[in-house]
Amino acid sequence: MNLWENVHLAISSLMANKMRALLTMLGIIIGIGSVIGILTVGDSLSGSISDDIQSLGARNVAVTIQARESDISRAPAFVQALRNGGNAAADKDLITTDMLANLKAAFPGSIEAVSLTETVGIGEVRDGQRYANLTLTGVNADFTVANELTILGGHFLTAEETESFKKVAVVSDKLVDNLFGKQNPLGQTIDVVIEGIADRYTIVGIYEYEESSLNPSMEADADINTSVYIPLNTALHRTGSAGYQSLTLVTTSNTDAVAFAPTVEAFFKFYYDKNPDYVVRAFSLESMADTINDVLGTITIAISLIAAISLLVGGIGVMNIMLVSITERTREIGTRKALGAPNSSIRIQFIVESMIICLIGGAIGIVLGLVLGSVGAYFLESPARASIGNISLAVGFSMAIGIFFGYYPANKAAKLDPIEALRYE
Amino acid sequence: MSSDNMIELAQVRKSYFIGHPNEFEVLHGIDLHIRRGEFIAIVGASGSGKSTLMNIIGVLDRPTSGSYSLDGVAIETLHDRELSRIRNHKIGFIFQNFNLIARSTAIHNVELPMLYAGLSRHERHERAKELMAMVEMTDRARHQPNELSGGQKQRVAIARAMANDPAILLADEPTGNLDTATERMVMDVFHRLHEEQGKTIVLITHSPDLAKETDRVVTLRDGQIIEDRKGVGHA
Repeated sequence: MNLWENVHLAISSLMANKMRALLTMLGIIIGIGSVIGILTVGDSLSGSISDDIQSLGARNVAVTIQARESDISRAPAFVQALRNGGNAAADKDLITTDMLANLKAAFPGSIEAVSLTETVGIGEVRDGQRYANLTLTGVNADFTVANELTILGGHFLTAEETESFKKVAVVSDKLVDNLFGKQNPLGQTIDVVIEGIADRYTIVGIYEYEESSLNPSMEADADINTSVYIPLNTALHRTGSAGYQSLTLVTTSNTDAVAFAPTVEAFFKFYYDKNPDYVVRAFSLESMADTINDVLGTITIAISLIAAISLLVGGIGVMNIMLVSITERTREIGTRKALGAPNSSIRIQFIVESMIICLIGGAIGIVLGLVLGSVGAYFLESPARASIGNISLAVGFSMAIGIFFGYYPANKAAKLDPIEALRYE
Repeated sequence: MSSDNMIELAQVRKSYFIGHPNEFEVLHGIDLHIRRGEFIAIVGASGSGKSTLMNIIGVLDRPTSGSYSLDGVAIETLHDRELSRIRNHKIGFIFQNFNLIARSTAIHNVELPMLYAGLSRHERHERAKELMAMVEMTDRARHQPNELSGGQKQRVAIARAMANDPAILLADEPTGNLDTATERMVMDVFHRLHEEQGKTIVLITHSPDLAKETDRVVTLRDGQIIEDRKGVGHA
């Protein structure tokens, strides 16, 4: 008796009890559906993070000073970078222009650009009822090499401007919306207040604000904090800083950024070996994305496993209904045995039936999961990604459930005594 | 000697274990030889052990002791899988309550033993059509069992029993659920199979009138053969 005969038999038996078959499948449908849904959302998130990293610059290596005494030195680099915000570093701890000049000289073929930034602080611009939150940041000319900005009007700070002490600024379209409405902001001035001190800047350019999955904003549009870029020297003049807490290196296209990061760290060791408070850490954005994706992957798998519990419940439901079905069909089993069916044929017949329930349930579950996953991804504003791997996994898993939970009832059927079975009322 | 006898039962005993320390013996040493091509009736009151005897002859059950050889093959040495093969190839069962598979059409029921014998779809279908024609059920081939009358069901069951051209037909009260007219029709089918195809037929019945039509009537009482005489059909 071949497989096709068994499949045919199983389907006709399910068709005889459509409602019952559907209810039994429901457990599998919900189980597979939720696992696929969660995996799809997880894949979409990590996919869009990877895309963001690519657009931010896979060739970038972030260099930052980090307090020594912290126990978190084994934590991922980006976690440390986030924590460093709280520690005040003295001038002697900062990365100086001399160090950078030496760094460039040491690796002439590897470094394409050094993007330097000096954050003045978080503040706001107020104009009557209108206001905008902002972070005032000084940048050098290499900033645009390390970061992708879309300029909507005017121009970004020129190399000349960044070297000067001019009070010019490039602002986001969000800030413009909040402050100027329909007015043309180019050439207008804004009074930026940081820690009570106001400075007046002339707007020379507008860039497009992009929310990325790396720093999603939970704020309403009016409260979003966007960066205002000013010349590096203007910023340094304001802060009086002698160096940099962090900077971004852009590697040349034939350099492996992931491998280059430790080299940079080793280079700075020369300067910081004797520094009791700080060391320099360097990490590539790519390795950062890998770390985030690892964490995200672990979370996804953990939630999927919880969802898989419903699969277990579904499997038990399948087993239950198979036991009922076998009891109902005791005489049929007896008859088949009398007609010469070996135990193995009976066993296979019922295992196939249980597998068919699980496979049909699994197929419906996959469709449901993809729909749920797409809806979820839509709300998280990342493109939905269906993975063939997840789908094949779900198909394989439903088959495995069918076999696992079908085996016991099928074996029970196979071992029925034909005489008892034929006599069964 | 086995070439002459289809079935040889020697000192066959069957007992059931009904809780320690009791064993209930149903068959007390049956000696029975059935020749090839014989049409034999086994009669007896209910509880006389005739169903147990049929189960043993049909290799659904094994004797507790004694020997049974079917078509020259000693049954007691065989494994379950081989017994399945023997049921499939050498024995055609016909039951009092038909035991057709519900939800399967008549012709699918007839194909079933051939399915287990591993015949191809085409072979099964051709043979099943022949068999349905033999029992004059061609026009009902696509009907489900619940759309058939009792007599029609039993004719389908006979066609099914004949599927793999078995050496013996084992019929357990085949007309027990049928009215007299249909009973006649079914019995005629048995006579035809016996006379035209030379089938060995074992008919289990409690009706003396039906038993008389056969070559030989064996009467069981309390698990023993108390009478073995020639029937009218033998004339």
